[in-house]
Amino acid sequence: MTLHETLSDQLGHGTADPRLSGIIKLAILAVGGQGGGVLTGWIEDLARSQGFAAQATSVAGVSQRTGATVYYVEMAPHRAGDPVPVFSLMPAPGDVDIMIAAEMMEAGRSIIRGFVTPDRTTLIASTHRALAVSEKMVPGDGIASSAEVMAAAEIAARRFIAADFDALALANGSVISASLFGALAGSGALPFPRAAFEAAIRAGGKGIEGSLRAFGAAFETAANPPDQASAPKDAPRPAPGVSGPARLMAEWDRLAARVAALPAPVAELALPGLRKVVDFQDLRYGAAYLDRLAQVMARDDAAHGWVLSREAAKYIANAMAYDDIIRVADLKTRGRRFDRIRKEMRVKDANVMQLTEFFHPRAEEIVGLFPARLGARLEADPKWMARLDRWFNKGRRLRTDSLWAFLTLHVIGGLRGWRLRSLRHAQEQGHLARWLDHALSHVATNYDLAVELIRCRRLIKGYSDTHARGHSKFDRVLEATAAITAREDAADWCRRLREAALKDEDGKALEGAIQTIRSFA
Amino acid sequence: MAERSFKAEVEHLRLGDGQTFTGEGILAITKALLENGVGYVGGYQGAPISHLMDVLADAEELLTELGIRFEANANEAAAAAMLAASVHYPIRGAVTFKGSVGVNVASDALANLASSGVNGGALIIVGEDYGEGSSIMQERSHAFAMKSQFWLLDPRPNLPSITKAVKDGFELSEASNTPVMLMVRIRSCHVTGSFQTRDNRRPKLSVREALSNPQSDFARVVLPPMSYMHEQDKIRNRWPAAETFIRERGLNEVFGPKTAPVGLVVQGGMYNGVIRALQRLGLADLHGSTDVPLYVLNVTYPLLASEFLEFCEGKDQILVIEEGQPEFIEQQLTTFLYRADSSVRLRGKDIFPMAGEYTGQVMLDAIGAFLKAAAPDLLPATVRAPNEDCPQIPDLTKTVPIRPPGFCTGCPERPIFAAMKLVQKETGKLQISADIGCHLFAALPPFEIGGATMGYGLGPAANAAFDGGGERRPVSIIGDGGFWHNGLSSSFTNMAFNKSDGVAVIVDNYYSAATGGQDIMSSRADNPTKATKHPITKALRGIGIDWVRQVDNTYDVGRMRDVLREALTTDTPGPKVIVASSECMLNKQRREKPLAQKAIREGRRVEAPRFGVDEDVCTGDHACIRLSGCPSLSLKKLDDPLRDDPVASIDQSCVGCGNCGEVADAAVLCPSFYRADVVHNPSAWEAWMARFRARVIGWLQSRRAARRLSFEGQA
Repeated sequence: MTLHETLSDQLGHGTADPRLSGIIKLAILAVGGQGGGVLTGWIEDLARSQGFAAQATSVAGVSQRTGATVYYVEMAPHRAGDPVPVFSLMPAPGDVDIMIAAEMMEAGRSIIRGFVTPDRTTLIASTHRALAVSEKMVPGDGIASSAEVMAAAEIAARRFIAADFDALALANGSVISASLFGALAGSGALPFPRAAFEAAIRAGGKGIEGSLRAFGAAFETAANPPDQASAPKDAPRPAPGVSGPARLMAEWDRLAARVAALPAPVAELALPGLRKVVDFQDLRYGAAYLDRLAQVMARDDAAHGWVLSREAAKYIANAMAYDDIIRVADLKTRGRRFDRIRKEMRVKDANVMQLTEFFHPRAEEIVGLFPARLGARLEADPKWMARLDRWFNKGRRLRTDSLWAFLTLHVIGGLRGWRLRSLRHAQEQGHLARWLDHALSHVATNYDLAVELIRCRRLIKGYSDTHARGHSKFDRVLEATAAITAREDAADWCRRLREAALKDEDGKALEGAIQTIRSFA
Repeated sequence: MAERSFKAEVEHLRLGDGQTFTGEGILAITKALLENGVGYVGGYQGAPISHLMDVLADAEELLTELGIRFEANANEAAAAAMLAASVHYPIRGAVTFKGSVGVNVASDALANLASSGVNGGALIIVGEDYGEGSSIMQERSHAFAMKSQFWLLDPRPNLPSITKAVKDGFELSEASNTPVMLMVRIRSCHVTGSFQTRDNRRPKLSVREALSNPQSDFARVVLPPMSYMHEQDKIRNRWPAAETFIRERGLNEVFGPKTAPVGLVVQGGMYNGVIRALQRLGLADLHGSTDVPLYVLNVTYPLLASEFLEFCEGKDQILVIEEGQPEFIEQQLTTFLYRADSSVRLRGKDIFPMAGEYTGQVMLDAIGAFLKAAAPDLLPATVRAPNEDCPQIPDLTKTVPIRPPGFCTGCPERPIFAAMKLVQKETGKLQISADIGCHLFAALPPFEIGGATMGYGLGPAANAAFDGGGERRPVSIIGDGGFWHNGLSSSFTNMAFNKSDGVAVIVDNYYSAATGGQDIMSSRADNPTKATKHPITKALRGIGIDWVRQVDNTYDVGRMRDVLREALTTDTPGPKVIVASSECMLNKQRREKPLAQKAIREGRRVEAPRFGVDEDVCTGDHACIRLSGCPSLSLKKLDDPLRDDPVASIDQSCVGCGNCGEVADAAVLCPSFYRADVVHNPSAWEAWMARFRARVIGWLQSRRAARRLSFEGQA
């Protein structure tokens, strides 16, 4: 079809801007370092090779340093000797035919900027996430919702092609620019044959084989999108297996049977909870866990949907499997861990892997290993604490692939028999009991508040300073909640306080929330 | 050596008569310089013209063949001063830097140059860093042309127009004895396209030849009474000469119908955006043939009253399309109309926004609004009464996080600011000023270090008010690029001379990194044409600063923290300066990665480090991220119903810089991090030892595993 025919054809259909038809406007929104420039180059070369006039622009500048970056290409059919089309240098809202977003939030950004409109835009987006710093630094869960962007994209785009093109590229030994180019070809949004796309990659010259593989895989994905309906739904997965000596297995089966007898919503979390505490200590500890849970269930009932017990099953397990040196040493010296790391690091048989761990024990951790009474006495004595700090408090880098360091950790990891007599254990048990009692004391008067108080255990995490900060936030939330337990909305406030505590490191949001409570309590 | 190599592209610079060049705007400008017999070129890197400097550096062989001298100037002032060669000698010279900041730095030399006037064509190529993607304050270089009276070209943003502007610029400069500034916007610098090339030309007089026949004329020196004569000369002779040249050579262009009730006056650089708006309004076609008359100012200073008034003849209303503020052109054109007693109504910033970029939407809205009011009959019915019903698209502004630029994966500056954040946890918040360069990213989360930046090389100077000291010392940060740009004189001699009590941290990453990794005085690389390997500490000692600490491994967070603490607490009087040196990771990887791959292929021993996180040990507090922000250190949601918060996770882009392990240690964070060094081609002994250890370790592991329950999916 000649340009003229295209024009008259489109005129006949009453296109919004008939005199412009023929121009294809394509924008790319990428994160710096994703190879947006390479992709732009391929598209440009492709268009020229197919007898189109093409123009590309980019706004690199400092944005190439991990920031969001826009690339823009316009192309139109062109015969040699004809005047060159006048192209725009930047995409305009409502005026983009093909939008390629190399990351999910960048897809969201392209929608915000108006580059995706239902009348014309084919949106090709990679669903993977490259988290922004603001999402990562939150002490809680600050990750933005991809689902919201997906939902908006379904409305905003004329056609929406989405897949994890990053994973697709990696799986084919290439980078995302190649898979996005494949998706563009597969989408059929450009009037060029597949071979021309591949020729552009070959002309580029670098990493051709990998690029072509990723291109091909993405082409198929975009051309024949997997049917959402036939995709397997989140079927309940069978519980991962347990193995071990027969004697232990028999005892495990008894405990597992106790869990199986629990109401379904509780059992759902009690089983992983049981696994966690048994893995942390032993089967007897697992039985103690189920006993604790039973105490909670005695105060709970089906009318409330067992919400309290369900939450307790989760947080009691977390509280009982606290992070001490023994646990860390145990986890760090397991065979499966070594296998996992070798796989992650793609260590080949001919390679040797060296493994360095970063420990920084303080007097608190050392004293925590001491017998409870002696430990408590030492902890109360600043002189002893200073002495222990002098001896132990420094960064230690342990090469767990070497015998000596491995043996050290292996021995510490084997101190599980000792653990229950340690100061740390006594402290953790004390805290656990106080927290649980406190929460349960509200069950009769305000069930929801009891649930929220149980959930506050989420605040306690991390090591050393972080752990101390978590504890202090936990205490502040409980204290602030205590002032308003009589209120009907106490549970809601407790939830708000907890969420505020997870917003920032220094507890500024929490302080604000507490001030609000003080203003009316 | 710069981040991007143009060795391949440089070959295009050899194209001759009647051939077609296809490529980026920047490269086209370089080619045009060669075609127009330039005798010397220089400049200072900075977006968006960094690549122009890089192209010139990579093209040095070709330049030498043609007898052209290339300088990578110390700063923009030095670059502008170089144009002094064109004052007396009939040699064409060109320098380049970014606007408006580069022009700020160069303004002293530019003002003197403009006063003296030139004999050979002098061209200042300014990459106007304005609008989206800009990294500087939003101002216009235009004002400098007005105040010093040199001419300003703003060509249409396509390769034929831009390269023609280079030719026109030299000729205009020579015809009017005035330097000419050629302004190219961010996108024009990176726009791709084609143009017909001509043969390269050697300069008529080379700078070498000029040295054999030195010239001087005191009438050109900016001293009274000659300086008064220069001012008169500008107005009486140079200006009219420029006007004549611009008019006779038709540098400005008129498009569209001869008669129409309205017309648009357009900066050349705005042309494509205007055409696009007209296309969308149904008033222009694919090739820019327009129903609305356009007067395109490829020369935005000086403006020609006669030409403008001719364009206005027979029109009721004129719309001036001028990006940025203040609206210098609009004011001048208004004056022309007023003086001519014209009844033509002039519109501009009353319709367009005063501030900000003229994006596609702004153009469409403003031109549409103007035409609806001034000439509704021109518009197609669909535009006059649009009939659209758009579905409501959900608002994502609260969902999508901002993504400002930041430190790259493995950046050596990250641990410096991690250390500084740790020090501030001990001392409380400090007064910290910053400079220009990558280190300025520390002002953003997660570090939030540094509250002000006053310009390149001015970080420590920006703390001068606090030089007297107080309860806690002021701290300033400056990069190695800023140090050599003018930091040594403006910041450090200022500190030394005034006996400052302050602390200055010089971030030495071996390059002018933010502008693309160009070599500077203290670069460690061998550079055949530049003097490198001059330690910053030596310069500091030379100006009498004695408290200098050199840290050769910035990744040692503990040491960085200790040195900072020492600088803040020492009793030594005078400035306390820390030089923190580690190579820019972007450049290091580019240099070392191919070497490592080659070594692996050749069977030599190579250690490849990478970090990882034990997800069972990580508790999901993200304290490590608040001391890092590294792109490769991210989060992962675990498939574990007992866990609420995502845990830290390191992806395969990790370069094993060491920051994660260091902060985990220095800040006593947690033991989740590990470093895995994969040894390629280990020695026979090493491999044997590893096998032996693995056997012993494996035996211990299986022994313990046999005595306990193992849960799949854990550790």
